[in-house]
Order: sequence, then structure tokens, then C-alpha cells
Amino acid sequence: MMEITEKYIKKIETPVALKTQDLAVYYGDKKAFAEGTIEFPQHQITALIGPSGCGKSTFLRSLNRMNDGIARVEGQILYHGLDINNDQINIYELRKHIGMVFQHPNPFYKSIRENITYALKYHGVKDQSVLDQKVKESLQAVALWDEVKDSLDKNGKQLSGGQQQRLCIARAIAMEPDILLLDEPTSGLDPVSTRKVEDTLQELKQKYTIIIVTHNMQQASRSSDYTVFFNLGQIVEFDETSQIFTAPHVQMTEDYVSGNFG
Amino acid sequence: MDDIKQKLLSKSKQTTEDRRGKILCYACLSLIIVLIVSILYFIINRGTATFTQNYLSLTQFLTGKQWNPGHHQIGALPMIVTSFLVTILAAILATPFAIGVAIFMTEYAPRKGTKALRAVIELLVGIPSVVYGYIGLMVVVPLVRKLIGGTGFGILAGTLVLFVMILPTVISLTADSLKAIPVSYRQAALALGATKWQAIYKIVLRAALPGILTAIIFGMTRAFGEALAVQMVIGNAVLMPEGLGTPTATLTSQLTSQMGNTVLGTVSNNALWSLALVLLLMSLVFNLLIRVITREGVIK
Repeated sequence: MMEITEKYIKKIETPVALKTQDLAVYYGDKKAFAEGTIEFPQHQITALIGPSGCGKSTFLRSLNRMNDGIARVEGQILYHGLDINNDQINIYELRKHIGMVFQHPNPFYKSIRENITYALKYHGVKDQSVLDQKVKESLQAVALWDEVKDSLDKNGKQLSGGQQQRLCIARAIAMEPDILLLDEPTSGLDPVSTRKVEDTLQELKQKYTIIIVTHNMQQASRSSDYTVFFNLGQIVEFDETSQIFTAPHVQMTEDYVSGNFG
Repeated sequence: MDDIKQKLLSKSKQTTEDRRGKILCYACLSLIIVLIVSILYFIINRGTATFTQNYLSLTQFLTGKQWNPGHHQIGALPMIVTSFLVTILAAILATPFAIGVAIFMTEYAPRKGTKALRAVIELLVGIPSVVYGYIGLMVVVPLVRKLIGGTGFGILAGTLVLFVMILPTVISLTADSLKAIPVSYRQAALALGATKWQAIYKIVLRAALPGILTAIIFGMTRAFGEALAVQMVIGNAVLMPEGLGTPTATLTSQLTSQMGNTVLGTVSNNALWSLALVLLLMSLVFNLLIRVITREGVIK
């Protein structure tokens, strides 16, 4: 792995939701990601950008242990002062607090209602009125309620791509997580749907800390507060988004955001 | 210029070659269609002769319990009932095991284990039914005799033999349908804090339901049509089954055991063709069922 010498990591003054310390991820013997030390500010949107294969998805998937059994993680990921890779951590409880939305919309083969109540039910919510309320609230939060309120028993698969993705976000936030991880959530969507998802995220950041991987630079610049630039399996720069896209501290970042990469 | 025009308008070697290939395919297809149509015609023609030429009653055939075609008694109900009973019982018995093994193969087993298991299952499919029947006769029948008394021949023995015979089919088809469920479904469930089992039980199995039902019906088709192995353990007496251990007969076992004893054109022979017609219609029903199930959106 080539070592990048010039790096810039901004120190966060506001409350921190999640923090990684010297994080390194290995696939077998191969090091996919190294030396990630970063703090994610609470109730802000942080975008992770960088070329394909730079380790940003690997990094993201480590944050709620979706890499378990696939990759080996070294270093620390601190959430409420606890290292989440600790053996004693209940990963089912952890994933309730750190939710995730994937690249391709993946609603379950169930009704819209059941897509949302599925996880709530096995986490012990039984009261039907509470469940109904949750369905309504989470669909309202992603601005999908008005579109589907009369067809909650329709199969989630019958929605359009953009609606499916918003359903997946609704499903994740129904668990009321602290942190929401999104892995290129709009890469398969048209511009209109993309916009709706972005607007949704802006609403959601009042309550949640959002970390989003994106390939779309405009998306990062218009909808995030902080940006992390990854390259060659390392974090090159972390700063406020406005700073990164106008006057980054590192030359490599400047080359990437201005399109002069390589 | 004219040269090119000439070339473009003339027939080339490729044109004839292409036509030859097409003709070959169509010829093969026509031959097979003729074959299938004549088989169908023959079965339907002979199978209905019992009612159209021998003037025996269809109601008697479907509801009567006396089977003695030589004396114009053609009550096939015991055979129909037994056929359905062994088929359904075998499917009920096989389904949980098949789903369990298929889940193990697709979700839990390491790659090597899955491969080994696949090989064993394919081997099981390849064993001739007479071998299953022989094992049934030598092992299952005495066991049933010990367990519930009687001769040991009958529905229970037939069910047990069929259970083993359809298991590999149902397992491999179920495993295929589980494998076809995108990994992202499982990930989505895990990311919501589900355990692996919750993800499998509520999400993967649910999404694979049409495929699993298809697998079960394929197994039932096989069980319904199996003749030799069943004939060896069912007892071959055309009697209404009175329990799990009384000798009886299925449509197929009656066909295999009696077909050498009749002469073409006689009532006894026509009656057997009618049994064959019932089998044909049933396999048609099974096929239609599979089509309906696999059609998008039927199972919500």
C-alpha cells in the first residue's frame, strides 16, 4: 500500500457521534484500509468520497460490523466510549443504533407495512397501535407517506426505484438509530428520485447523524456538512464540505474534486 | 459498381447454409411434436374407450370401490385415494427435511461442505427406483410390520420409500430457489439488527416461497408417477386403505403389475388405459399448478 504523506484531518469542536482510532481493515492478508482516525460530528451529514476501490465502502461497512466474517478489523471504533469490535458487544443491539441503507434498494418481499414492522416486531414491539404509528411516522419522515398511505398492503417491490429506496430508509429509521450509514444510496436512481432522497436526508439530520458514501461530487457538495476524501485505502482529508470543495488543504484532494485526477 | 450490385443480389453459400440449419431444427421439432401428439392421442383414445365403447360409467370409475374389470367392475377410487395419500404424505414428510438441508447448504455450510452434499444428493437422484424398492421391501416393510403390525405392506411403507426418493429433488430445487434470493436481502435484515436465523426465517424463506412450493410440487409429481418402487411395497390389492399398514394399490402400481395380463381391446386393458389417462391428467394439473405459482405476483 502506497503511503500518502500529505494529509489533513480537521479536529471537531462540536459533539462527536462516532470516532475511529487507527482503524485498519484486512481481507485475508490484503490490507484494504489503513490508519483511519476520524471523528464524526453529531447531527451532521458527513460524505465519504474517493475513487472506486479506495476503501470507503469497506470503511463504512466496518462501522456497524457488516464486515463480520468477511474482513478483519484492527484499531478501534468508539461509540459512546465503547469499542464496537469488543467481544462483549451485542451486535444486534448495536445495529439497532447504527442503521444502514444499501446501494441498491432492497425492500423485503413483503407489504410496505411489513417492511417497516418486521424489525420492530422481532425487537419486541407488539402493540398494533404503536406499530401503526411507527409506520406512519417513518414513512412521513422520508416523504413517502402521501404516496403510499392508501396502499400500505401493496408489496414493497411494486414501488418505483426511488420509492423503494426511500422505503428502505424509512425501514432503517423506524428503529430510531443514532447513526445512519448510507452506501451510495442514490447510485441507481434518476435525478428526480435522487433529489427526493437528498431532501429526505436534510430533514433527517435534525435527529440522526448521517454518514453517506457517494460517487457523486455534486451530491457531496450540495448535501453534506463534512466531507472525507479517501484514496489508496487511506483517509487523505477530512474537513467541512465547503472547505474541501473550495480550498482543500491537500493537493491530492484538490486534484480529485476539480477532476484533474491521475 | 455493377459488380457490387450483382453480389448483393445473388444467393450466397451462407444463405443456403442458414436455411439448411433452420430446416434441420424444424424437422426435429416436427418429429417430436408428432410423437407427443400420437402418445397423447393413444392414451386419450384408449383411456376413454372404457366409457365410449364398453359403455361403463365414469361415475362408477371415479367413485366405485370394486375393481374387477374382467367382470365390468371398474371402481378406481381406492387407487386414486392411495396415490394421493402416499404422494401427499411423502411431500409432508419430505418438506421440512428438505428445507432444513437446503438452508444448511445455502446459508451455513462452508463451500466444500455444500459441494460434497450436492454430490451426494445427485447420487441419490441417480439410484434406480428398483433399488429403492428393493431396500423398501427388505428393510422398510419388515420395520413397518414390527411397528404397526399387519403384513407391513401398505401406505406407510410406500410413503417412507417415496419420502427418500423425492427428498433429493426437493432439496436441490429448494436450495436453488434460496440461492436465487439476493444477498442484499440478508444484509438488509442484518443491518436492522436481525439475527441470521431471523433473516433466513422471515425474509429469505418468504421471498423464496414460490420456488419452494415449486420444488414441493416437483417432488409430488415424481411421487405420484413413481411405479416400480411403490409397487414393491404397497401390497397390490385394490382395496380401500383402512390404515397405514393395510395392503392397497396406487394407479401406477396397478398399471405395472397388471399390464402384462391383459389383451389389447378388452375391457380389462381399456380400464388400465383409463388409469393411465388419470395419471396424465394429474401430471397436467401439477404442471399447471407450477405455472400458476411461478407467475409473478400470484403469491404476495
